[in-house]
Amino acid sequence: MIRTRDQLNFSIRALLRQRFRTLMQLIAMSIGVLAVVLLTGLGEGARQYVLGEFSVLGKDILIMLPGRKETSGGMPPMTGEGTRDITLQDAQSLLRLPEVERIAPLVVGNAEISRGARSRETLVLGTNNAFFDIRHIQLARGQILPDLPLDQPSPVCVIGTTLKQELFAAEPALGQWVGIDTYRCRVIGILADTGTGLGMNMSEALIMPVASSMQLFNTEGVFRVMIDVRSAMGMGVLSRQIEDIMRERHDGQLDVTLITPDSLLKAFDSILSVLTFAIAGIGAISLFVAGVLIMNMTLITVSQRTAEIGLLKALGASSREVRQLFVTEAVMLSLFGALLGTLLAEILLWLVRMQYPEIPFAAPLWATAAAGAIAVGCGFLFSWIPASRAAHMAPVTALQHQNGK
Amino acid sequence: MKAAGINPAADALIRVQGVNKTFLLGDEPVHALNNIGLSIQAGEYLSVMGPSGSGKSTLLNMLGLLDVPDNGQYWLNGADTVPMSEEQRAVYRRSHIGFVFQSYHLIPRLSASENIELPLILAGIAPAERKRRLAPVIERLGLGSRAGHLPNQLSGGQRQRVAIGRAIIMKPRLLLADEPTGNLDSQSGAEVVQLLEELNADGITLIVVTHDADLGRRASRRIRMVDGVIVSDDRTSSSDAQSRTDQSDAP
Repeated sequence: MIRTRDQLNFSIRALLRQRFRTLMQLIAMSIGVLAVVLLTGLGEGARQYVLGEFSVLGKDILIMLPGRKETSGGMPPMTGEGTRDITLQDAQSLLRLPEVERIAPLVVGNAEISRGARSRETLVLGTNNAFFDIRHIQLARGQILPDLPLDQPSPVCVIGTTLKQELFAAEPALGQWVGIDTYRCRVIGILADTGTGLGMNMSEALIMPVASSMQLFNTEGVFRVMIDVRSAMGMGVLSRQIEDIMRERHDGQLDVTLITPDSLLKAFDSILSVLTFAIAGIGAISLFVAGVLIMNMTLITVSQRTAEIGLLKALGASSREVRQLFVTEAVMLSLFGALLGTLLAEILLWLVRMQYPEIPFAAPLWATAAAGAIAVGCGFLFSWIPASRAAHMAPVTALQHQNGK
Repeated sequence: MKAAGINPAADALIRVQGVNKTFLLGDEPVHALNNIGLSIQAGEYLSVMGPSGSGKSTLLNMLGLLDVPDNGQYWLNGADTVPMSEEQRAVYRRSHIGFVFQSYHLIPRLSASENIELPLILAGIAPAERKRRLAPVIERLGLGSRAGHLPNQLSGGQRQRVAIGRAIIMKPRLLLADEPTGNLDSQSGAEVVQLLEELNADGITLIVVTHDADLGRRASRRIRMVDGVIVSDDRTSSSDAQSRTDQSDAP
C-alpha cells in the first residue's frame, strides 16, 4: 500500500506540473465558494442590521402615529378632510388604560444649534424622560430630561457625543447654554455613543422637553407616541382600546395608526431570511458549476494521463490506488479552492465593513462550512467517476494509448 | 493432466499451457495467441521475434500479467495466475516483474531518481529504506550525476537506463523488455543491451521482444512467432540445464 504522505506528495507534484489546469480549477472553485460566502455574508449583514434597528425598541412597545395607514392592502383613503394631529392631551389620555405603563411623545425637527461662533444644523427630538428608558438610551455624563408634566416646557437639553464635540470640542459642556434657533437651553446631559437606531443618528441629536420643542417648531401635534405596555400579552386587545379612546377624542374618526415593532420585525426577518437563502442558493449553483468543471477537467486529465495510469498499474498500483491518486488530486484542489475562496470572501466582507461600519456584514458559519463542504464534496464526487474509469482500464490498453497504436 | 501440470511448474519460472487470446479488429477476430505452450526456466535469456501482428507483444503483455488470456493456464513462480483478481495481479507485477518499454514511459514531472523510486513508493516502503535501495541502482546505471534531472533533460539512452532502473528496483525475477532499443541510436542501443545482459548474467530472467534480428540473435533462446503461433524455438546449447525441450507444449 502506498503511504499517505507519498500519495499526497505525488498528487501535489501532479497539480504543480499542470499549473494552468490547476489554476483554472482553483479559480473556478474559489469563485464558487466566494459567491456563497460573500452573498450570504451580505444578506446576513442586512438581516442583522434590520433586526438590530428594531431591537432598539423593546418588544412591549406600541407606536402610534397620526393618519390611518392601511397595511392590509388597498388604496390609502383620499383624505379630503385631512387628519387631526395627535396632541399631548391625546397622549396623556392613554395613561388611563391600566395596561399602559408609560408613554413617550416624540416631536422631530431640524434646527440650528449654536454656541458662540459655532453653529450646526441638526436633528432635534422633543420628548419626555420616559423616552430614554423606552429606547434604552445611555448617558455618558449628566442626567436625562427631568420628569415634567408633558405640557410644561423647560430650557434644558441632552446632546449627542458628536454634537458635543462639534460645539464644545474638549471643553466641558454640562451646564453650558446653547442656542436652538431663537431658543436657549442648558445642557444637562451627554449621550453615550450608541450609534444609530431606526434611521436616527442619536450622536448628532439634541433632545429637549416635548413642550419646548413644540413651541420651537410651532406645532400642536406629535410625530409619534411610544406606548410602553406592561405586558406583551393582549397587545391586540390593547390596540383596540387605544383606538377607541382616540376615536372618542377625535369625534368618532379613527385617524391614528398603531404599530407593534414585533410584527414589523417578524415580517422583515422572514423576508430577509428568504433573501439570504435565495442568494445562498445562487452561490450554491455557482459552486455546482465549479464542481462540473472539476469533473470535466478530471476527465481530460485522465485521458491525458492514460499512459501514466497504465504505467502505474504495470508497476503494481492497484485500481483502488490509482483511483485514490486522482480523487486525492481533485479533493486537494477543491480544498485549496475553498480555502482561497473563503479567504477572498472574508477580505471583501472586511472591506465592505470598513466602508459601512454600521452594518454587520459577516458570513454566518453555516454558510462558510456548507460552501467548503459542498466544494470538497463536489471535488470528490465529480472526480470519482472519471477516476474509477481510469482505474478500471486494462493496463495494456492504457499503456498503448500514448504509443498511438 | 493435473499431475503433469504441477511437476514442470515446480522448477520452471514460467509455464504456459494452451493459452488463446483473440482480439476484435473491427468486425474481424484476430487470433493473437493461438494455443501457446511455453516453459521458461529461471535465469534464461529469451528473445521473441516475428513480423508485426504476429502476437509477440500480446505474449509479452500476457507474461507480464498486463493482459489476461481468454483461456489456458499460466503459472508464474509456481502460482496459477489466470484466476487471480486484478488486484492480486497488481501485487504480482510489483514484486515479480519488471517492464522496459520502447517509449520508456517515464513520468515527466518526476526526476530520474524519483522515477526509479516509484515502484518502492507504490509498495509503501519507508523513505529511509527507499534511499538505501536506490543508491546502488543509480550507481550501477551510471546515472549518478543525472539522478536529479527530469526525463526531458536526458538523452534517449539515459532515459532507457532510468526505465531499466525502475524495472529492477524491486529485484524482480523476470524482466520483460518490449523493443528496448527501438527508439535508440545504435551506440546507446548497444549500451542498453549490454546493461540488460549484465542483469541476466546476475541471474534475472530476461525476455526481449524485438524486430531487430541482431538483437534477437544475442539471446541464448530464440522464439519466432507468426500469426499467434510459435513456429520455432531454438537455443544455443551453452547451458545443459536448459537442454530439455518441451515436446508436450509444442502445437
